[in-house]
This record gives sequence, C-alpha cells and structure tokens, in this order.
Amino acid sequence: MIESNIAEFEDQNTWTDEIPGGAHTSFVMRRNTILRVIDLEGAANVVALFYNHDDKLERYNMADTLKAQHTAYLTKGLVCYSDMGRILCSITEDSCGWHDTICGMTDARQVHQKYGDKTYHNAHNNMHRNARDSVIVELCKWGMGKIDIVPNVNFFSKVFVDNGGDLHFKQNNSKAGDFVDLRFEMNTLVILATCQHPLDPNPNYAPKPIRITARRTSSAGRYDFCRMSCPENKRGFYNTEILFG
Amino acid sequence: MAIIESDFMPIDAVYDKVLPAGESWLHEVKKGQVLRILDLEGNQAVDTLFYNAHDPSERYSAVDTIRAQNNLYLTSGSQLLSSDGNTLLTIIADTCGRHDTIGGACSAESNSVRYGLEKKYMHNCRDSFLHALGHCGCHMDKRDLTSNINFFMNVPVTEDGALTFADGISGSGKYVEMRAEMDVYALISNCPQLNNPCNAYNPTPVRLLIWN
Repeated sequence: MIESNIAEFEDQNTWTDEIPGGAHTSFVMRRNTILRVIDLEGAANVVALFYNHDDKLERYNMADTLKAQHTAYLTKGLVCYSDMGRILCSITEDSCGWHDTICGMTDARQVHQKYGDKTYHNAHNNMHRNARDSVIVELCKWGMGKIDIVPNVNFFSKVFVDNGGDLHFKQNNSKAGDFVDLRFEMNTLVILATCQHPLDPNPNYAPKPIRITARRTSSAGRYDFCRMSCPENKRGFYNTEILFG
Repeated sequence: MAIIESDFMPIDAVYDKVLPAGESWLHEVKKGQVLRILDLEGNQAVDTLFYNAHDPSERYSAVDTIRAQNNLYLTSGSQLLSSDGNTLLTIIADTCGRHDTIGGACSAESNSVRYGLEKKYMHNCRDSFLHALGHCGCHMDKRDLTSNINFFMNVPVTEDGALTFADGISGSGKYVEMRAEMDVYALISNCPQLNNPCNAYNPTPVRLLIWN
C-alpha cells in the first residue's frame, strides 16, 4: 500500500491516502489542486473545516456559503465561501448530491451517551472518537484551538428540513464509491475527521473509511460551471483571484 | 409556531435601553436575569452572539443548538447551547414565533459577493461586532465571531434545500425574551443592512430590557 502510494506520486504527481473510520487528519491543498473524497463502503460522514493557509484568520463560513448561493446544502456547482467574501474551494463533481453543513459535529458527551464508553485503555485503537476532539487535535497542530472551530461541512450526509423546521436525516444518502471533488481556489488548510454524523440514527459506533486523492488542475476558466452557477459566485471568484494577481 | 407572552413589566426592569439601527451593544447578563429584545417598529433583524462571561472561548453554537432541538428555527423553549454543549440561555417568551440562526451576519466582504462589488463599503453587522470587541478590553477579536442568531429574521428553508431571505414575520411591539442559565456576555449588532428584506429595507431601533 505505502509503496504503491509512493510510486503513484513519483509517476503521476498525485497522492492518495486511505483514512479509517473514526480517524482525523489535516493537510494543505494548494490553489489549483483537486481533492477527491471517496466513500469506500457507503454511509460515510466526513467532518471538514477549511482555513486560508496563508492567513488562518480567514475560514469557512457556513452562513455566507448558504446565503450567497440561496441553498441549505452543498453539491456540484456550489462553492465553499470564507468569511472574507472569497472562495476556499469549489465542488466540481459530486456523485452523491447532498452534503450537510447545518448540523455540526459530535462531541465527547454525545458519543458517550449514544455509544457508551470505549477508551484506549480497554480498546486500543478501536476506542470511540468524537469529531470535536478530533478537530481540536488537528487545529492544535497548526497553532489554533477550539475557538477556531466554526460550523463545518458533513460530506456525504443529508439532513433536510420540513415546513415546521424539523430536521430529517436521510439514511443511505451515500453509496459505496460515491465521491465529491473539491477544487481549491486558494491555499487551504484542510481538517478532516471521519466521524459519524451527529444525527446518524445508527445506535452502533460505526464510522466509515474514505479514500482521498489529490492532483493538480488548471484554474477555473471564464465559463467555469461553479463560477457561472450564480452571479454571486462570479464576484466571489473575482474577490479570490485578485489575491493571486 | 408557539406564541408565548411574558408577565414582566417594563417598569420593573433593571436595564432599559433603545439601541438604534447600525449600533452594537456588549453587555453582561447575569445567571437568572431575563433579557428581552423588543422590535419597536417591526421587521428589524437583531444579530446576536452569546459567550460564557467567565470564559468567552465557550460561546453560542448555532449548529449544536439546531441539532439538539432537532429544529432549524428558534422560539419559546429553545435552549441556546454553547460550543461546549451547555445551555447559555433559554427562550422563555416569544411573540414573533420564529427566529433564524443559519443566516449569519452581514459583512463588507459578503455584501460585495451578494449584492455587488460596490456594496463593500456600506455599514454592516460584522463591522459593528468588531467595533464592540475592539473597544471592550476583553481580549476578544475576529476569531470570537461565529454563526450568530438573527432575532426576528425570517430565513425559510424548503424540503428540497432552497434557502431564501423572506419578508419578516415580526411587527411593531413583538419581542423575544430569554433567561440566562449562566453569566453571559450578549453581543448585539442592530442590523444596518439596506440590500435585502431581512429588515424591510428600513433598519429601525430595538429596545433592550433586563429583569432580575
């Protein structure tokens, strides 16, 4: 596995990684690269946060992302806005169709109440991990901490809202092999945690693995699908591109 | 939507202030005190954040509040949860019936995206928030601004995931009232937005009252 990853990187300038369920990681994606996130078994949930790597005060903003694009969820053609009116990444492909960003992530209390206690002491690396503590660990690696946590994306999970405002978690929203492509429009610190969605009705602790692959790409063209999906995004791309002159 | 009225009388309030549109307000509300926000002229949007007064790294969490009550909108009975999963305040009265918490605050930068590049220089809620934090001497800054509550604002979401900023459902004299469950800082921007119907294109003052 490891050897083939290195060979692939040397041959094609791409890298890949398989992230087990319940794990966390962080890395930098440069402008004009694409990250493909693949749900290997189905029913995955990927907690994601994005920060401008060059100025980490600038970060993903759920509210600005939703209201600029008149949507309550994410899918192909939409982009993830920062709090500075710029685009961190664009969703250029999506076989799944709906990614949640209004429900947040699990914390230690929720995971304990829902799944019981399983610590390293009695379960080693099969211990229960929660998304908030996973994200805090990754943020601390970059000199940040819990006050930098903002509402996150839950890739592959669908929660819709009925007329009364009640939330409904759609089971089996994502199938084995479903994927989403994120094209980065600025140098971005990516934080990922493969923890279950906080509204996942499954009573068992069963976080799912994903594969991520990264490759280079060209910048968004004048008639790029994400740029053209609404007038707001044309202005968002403009705000972003003047950063890079 | 449950309309619940309050028995508190303004004459008994220990704090009573009219906050003009475009102004910010940072104030401590002690555990057990009740804060009322009164929409004086109707359809105003009141952008609001709360912090644990003893440790502002614990702050209002819109997504945890939504998830825990399994409902997108805030009204009587809503517990406003913190990032650490504790209840900051509980809404105990509400004559409006529905308040938003996913629409966020307007900013110069988001105005430039949403309404036009030239709208960047209009007054906005984030500037009001930063003005208050910049003068408070409380060592808080932009990292302390997270997804806020928009009292009286109507942001309906449909089953197929469409989101709109709709005409307000509030009116002159409607109010929302909440009891602090711990000592909290309340940070308010009385929204100056002129580009969408969140405040009927006419930002107006609100009245803030506190009872012991």
